[in-house]
Amino acid sequence: MSSKTLIRTTSALALCLTASAALAQDTTITIATVNNGDMIRMQGYTDQFTEATGIAVEWVTLEENVLRQRVTTDITTNGGQFDIMTIGMYETPIWGANGWLVPLDNLSEEYNVDDILPAMRGGLSHEGTLYAAPFYGESSMVMYRTDLMEAAGLEMPEAPTWQFIREAAAAMTDRENDINGICLRGKAGWGEGGAFITAMSNSFGARWFDMDWNAQFDTQPWLDTLTFFEGMMSESGPAGYATNGFTENLNLFNQGLCGMWIDATVAASFVTNPEDSEVADSVGFALAPDNGLGVRSNWLWAWALAIPAGTQQSDAALQFIEWATSSDYIELVAENEGWANVPPGARTSLYENPNYISVPFAQMTLDSILSADPNNSTVEPSPYVGIQFAAIPEFAGIASEVSQEFSAFYAGQQTVEEALANAQAITSEAMEAAGY
Amino acid sequence: MARAVTTQRKALNTAVAWIIGLLIFFPILWTILTSFKTEADAIANPPVLFAFDWTLENYAEVMERSNYGRFLSNSIIIAGGSTILGIIIAVPAAWSMAFVPSKRTKDILLWMLSTKMLPAVGVLYPIYLLCIQLGVLDNRFALVVILMLINLPIIVWMLYTYFKEIPGEILEAARMDGASLKEEILYVLTPMAVPGIASTLLLNFILAWNEAFWTLNLTSVDAAPLTAFIASYSSPEGLFFAKLSAASTMAIAPILILGWFSQKQLVRGLTFGAVK
Repeated sequence: MSSKTLIRTTSALALCLTASAALAQDTTITIATVNNGDMIRMQGYTDQFTEATGIAVEWVTLEENVLRQRVTTDITTNGGQFDIMTIGMYETPIWGANGWLVPLDNLSEEYNVDDILPAMRGGLSHEGTLYAAPFYGESSMVMYRTDLMEAAGLEMPEAPTWQFIREAAAAMTDRENDINGICLRGKAGWGEGGAFITAMSNSFGARWFDMDWNAQFDTQPWLDTLTFFEGMMSESGPAGYATNGFTENLNLFNQGLCGMWIDATVAASFVTNPEDSEVADSVGFALAPDNGLGVRSNWLWAWALAIPAGTQQSDAALQFIEWATSSDYIELVAENEGWANVPPGARTSLYENPNYISVPFAQMTLDSILSADPNNSTVEPSPYVGIQFAAIPEFAGIASEVSQEFSAFYAGQQTVEEALANAQAITSEAMEAAGY
Repeated sequence: MARAVTTQRKALNTAVAWIIGLLIFFPILWTILTSFKTEADAIANPPVLFAFDWTLENYAEVMERSNYGRFLSNSIIIAGGSTILGIIIAVPAAWSMAFVPSKRTKDILLWMLSTKMLPAVGVLYPIYLLCIQLGVLDNRFALVVILMLINLPIIVWMLYTYFKEIPGEILEAARMDGASLKEEILYVLTPMAVPGIASTLLLNFILAWNEAFWTLNLTSVDAAPLTAFIASYSSPEGLFFAKLSAASTMAIAPILILGWFSQKQLVRGLTFGAVK
């Protein structure tokens, strides 16, 4: 290279850097996010991103359901209030298909998009295009008290069946000491009890729709699912389980009042944290149960960062997403807060890291995520993608109503036949109205 | 003839009043107490009322994480602005309905109230789109106008009720003495209705302060008031009850203090005309 060319190239580069730095100084991006431990932790490190790039960050933190309503209103009206939205696996493919999100097809080489776990990448894509980058991913698994299991004379298999779980729950239940053999979600809401029972029903051979989008609540597998769930919870669950969701069960487990809890893998770091949990040193993990039909009852979910199409700052937003969902960020958290507190379930390299894989729940989390397949989530073929949901716009509304019917059954307000008949009617009517 | 009240009856009434008062205040007390607990103590079962390790950690963390001052000033501007604007519009409206009623006055009053029966979410999209078109999303002035419009029926109704208690003859006398309409309202009607106007002001300020649908849906950063501040600590996932309680206490403290110092005016206004 001649000296002239070198000078020209250097000058051009310097000019670009100066210009981008000047641009960045004035740039502020607004991020809408959920209020959970990992997201709050990320907010704490945002200053480091701002220092490195000059891009300031404003956070709008909301409770999950409020956030969903808020960002949906904004994106459907092209409001442009947010430059980055935290959304889940349910919204991403639908919004991507509608052209509401900026495709993440120009991520840098250093970001190494191929390092994202295939299950997560698939769930956050539409027709092969990635629309959101996973900040953390989760499946569900069994968390159990090793001391109570031992006292009951049982040993938890790595891949238990529902029958074993029911027997173990009955053996661990000690009503006199307020110990419930099992704590599960019964609370109404598609993301609460609705998510759990849908994932559970998959392992019983049930499905939401047949290949012609007909509702399937009038089939035997749904009756079996609900009857089994209610029977087990009546025998060994906590009183009022029909109104218990994630938080209620987490509190019960942390206070030593549950023998087993089947829920999000992300809860593993909470129940093993001695600051919050009274039983932190006696927790074991196993895969979510099955019924020998080839499908387990674990789900798949990711909280991911996406750029709405209405933003004026997509370059700065992309820079932030690359920073927040990178391997470097994971290392930053590990360095400051330990490996048990890094955002899990998003990158393959995390599970190849010997420091992380030695964390008690890491391997089981990975195994749970890898065993979840949103494209083949049911025993009989189904037309939808998703495990604890069907990725169609109508699902959230329908499933909220259906889960209310189920919760009414758990609370003894109606019979299982009535609950299923109502669910069938609600779903059929809504699907017909939607033109399926 | 006044009814004789026995000492026992008085004691019973007092006891019942205290019990009801404590029951109403208990959730607030519980929130305040929880804000001084650790997250583990906040969810302890059985719950601990006073015997816990008191800590200010939650307040410190909330102050560090959020810009409380910005949320507070937005709340003051939005609640105060919408209340004042509402009063400016409602006083002449209530005056005309109370002193120069037409055949349709009662229908208009009922119609105004009926706008309160529409669920807010039913007009979310039209309002949201309007705000986008006018470029006033996340704007304090837009919220001042919207909250004023939401509370206007209540303001007009309250003022109308108070004005109806004022004898029309007094205003007539003022008119005969040569007072203009403006002078009649400003110098004759308003001073007589001060208790009613004050309680209307206070009540609407509280309503606007607590409004949590439009303030959450139409704001993000610049105009977000204390309702958004509380919402940022609400979480179905994780143990944040103590921090949520600290945020709630910080959000309700200003309005509690205001209510405490103005309770005499509030009670006087709300009972204005109740006894004849």
